[in-house]
Amino acid sequence: MSTPIDYLLHLADNAVVLGQRNAEWCGHGPILEEDLALANVSLDLIGQARLLYQRAAEMMGGDATEDKLAYFRDAHQFRNYTLLELPHHGPLVGYAAADRDYATTIVRNFLYSALMVLVWDKLQQSKDAGLAAIAAKSLKEASYHLHHSRDWLVRLGDGTEESHARVQAAVNHLMPYTEEFWTTSPAEGSAVAAGVGIDVWALRPDWDAMVNEALEEATLTRPNFHGYVTEGKIGLHSEHLSYLLGEMQTLARAHPNATW
Amino acid sequence: MYTQAMDIPDESGKKLAVVPGTASELEAAFEARIAADGRIEPQDWMPDAYRRTLVRQISQHAHSEIVGMLPEGNWISRAPSLKRKAILIAKVQDEGGHGLYLYSAAETLGTGRDEMLAGLHSGKAKYSSIFNYPTLTWADVGVIGWLVDGAAIMNQIPLCRCSYGPYARAMIRVCKEESFHQRQGYEALLVMMKGTDEQRAMVQDAVNRYWWKCLAMFGPPDADSPHSAQGMRWGIKRISNDELRQKFIDATVPQAKVLGVTLPDPALKWNEERQHYDYGQIDWTEFWNTVEGNGPCNKERLATRVKAHNDGQWVRDAALAYARKQKERAIKEAA
Repeated sequence: MSTPIDYLLHLADNAVVLGQRNAEWCGHGPILEEDLALANVSLDLIGQARLLYQRAAEMMGGDATEDKLAYFRDAHQFRNYTLLELPHHGPLVGYAAADRDYATTIVRNFLYSALMVLVWDKLQQSKDAGLAAIAAKSLKEASYHLHHSRDWLVRLGDGTEESHARVQAAVNHLMPYTEEFWTTSPAEGSAVAAGVGIDVWALRPDWDAMVNEALEEATLTRPNFHGYVTEGKIGLHSEHLSYLLGEMQTLARAHPNATW
Repeated sequence: MYTQAMDIPDESGKKLAVVPGTASELEAAFEARIAADGRIEPQDWMPDAYRRTLVRQISQHAHSEIVGMLPEGNWISRAPSLKRKAILIAKVQDEGGHGLYLYSAAETLGTGRDEMLAGLHSGKAKYSSIFNYPTLTWADVGVIGWLVDGAAIMNQIPLCRCSYGPYARAMIRVCKEESFHQRQGYEALLVMMKGTDEQRAMVQDAVNRYWWKCLAMFGPPDADSPHSAQGMRWGIKRISNDELRQKFIDATVPQAKVLGVTLPDPALKWNEERQHYDYGQIDWTEFWNTVEGNGPCNKERLATRVKAHNDGQWVRDAALAYARKQKERAIKEAA
């Protein structure tokens, strides 16, 4: 059984975009141990993206490769959740400059890895054996990412007054973006119909329980949701993705015929 | 990565508390162990100056590793393929890991990481000056692996036999990882040299910019190296700066030929009589100028480390506050 390519790209784009974001901390972390931890998280995500792009390229045939998919598609062709492309700071427009905020990074990694431990766990049973194998490997990594980000969420929430305020602001900023997890894109719909994908909606109670429990332990409040549901996974992104891709793709695109 | 830094004086040493026992007996035991090529361990008595030298050298080495994350980290976001991106992240992360266990090795001498970092941030403690040059193209990443890490390995392999046990043991792992980095860097350059004209030009340009800086990494000529003699006597330093430099040049010339790049030194040629390559004059004025803080990136590198540390203060404070709360809760529960 083969998986719809758009579904693989959704999973791969999530991984590459968040991998790119986490790597931005390399050399700038709050403590050396966290530089190493975030570099490792990034490395896992880039590794997941490579496997998923390779699988997609194999199915596409022709001259498709992992790097063609990562480096030679434009923002509107990316299928990642909008949450993952946001810079490491509060709500500001794409060309605003701001310092990286560790609370934003931690909250985002927590919200996403809490989802992905559930997604990868279920995808281990995918009828696409290749995807199931990727899921089994990725589950171990996502569990570690969840462990790491949850620990820090609690530390920051139940730490000092300042850390509490910062992490609460990050939760308030990022939580609305998670609404995108629960809508069904055409790619997800067809993957579910083919028995290779999973119905993310069914994961919501477990995700909610995980998130609520962690927020409570961190003495944080979950904001009520109202407003716009982002649509990155169907290619309608924030202003931030094209900056991220502009930087990521610049060298590869300057030398389109080069091998590295 | 590493450093000429073992020869660069700074003010980061620290005096130890006086250990009981007559000074002469303790000193005699220390000298005897050094003479027998034995290892000194953290609990052993050691002369103040030996301790200070080690704290200075190991902390400079650790600082070099973490400052060294910046020039290569500069290309992570723009790495031209996912494979190269993963390799580079893993490499930079290794350098951070080296920093971590070198700080730990230095801590066994009684100086805390905070104190060492304060030395770096205030500009008192030095780090390897090679990281004060910019990484201008992707080829710099490969050249740093091949030449900078290559020079580092030459410097570091003798340190695996350093008389201070924790440092020597840390260096065994560091050397293994550095050798891997060097081969990865060289392989990346081989692929580029088989590629387009632009890629080849990029590699040659990076070699031109880094070659002389790498030769300077071995430190000043033996005649002008203030710390070398004592370091040799104590078994901290095993091979002189000039010997290591020559070894590096002799090993690198054939590698450059295989790669197809020209090393930018018209005086570089085989000397049949010496059985070594002769080479031209290193610009020591430029080297010392950079060590003193006036290189192209010194201010950026240091300010970036300081900013990361200051920006992270609230995170470290939170972790400490949380740990305190957890401890108090445990005590309350036990009561």
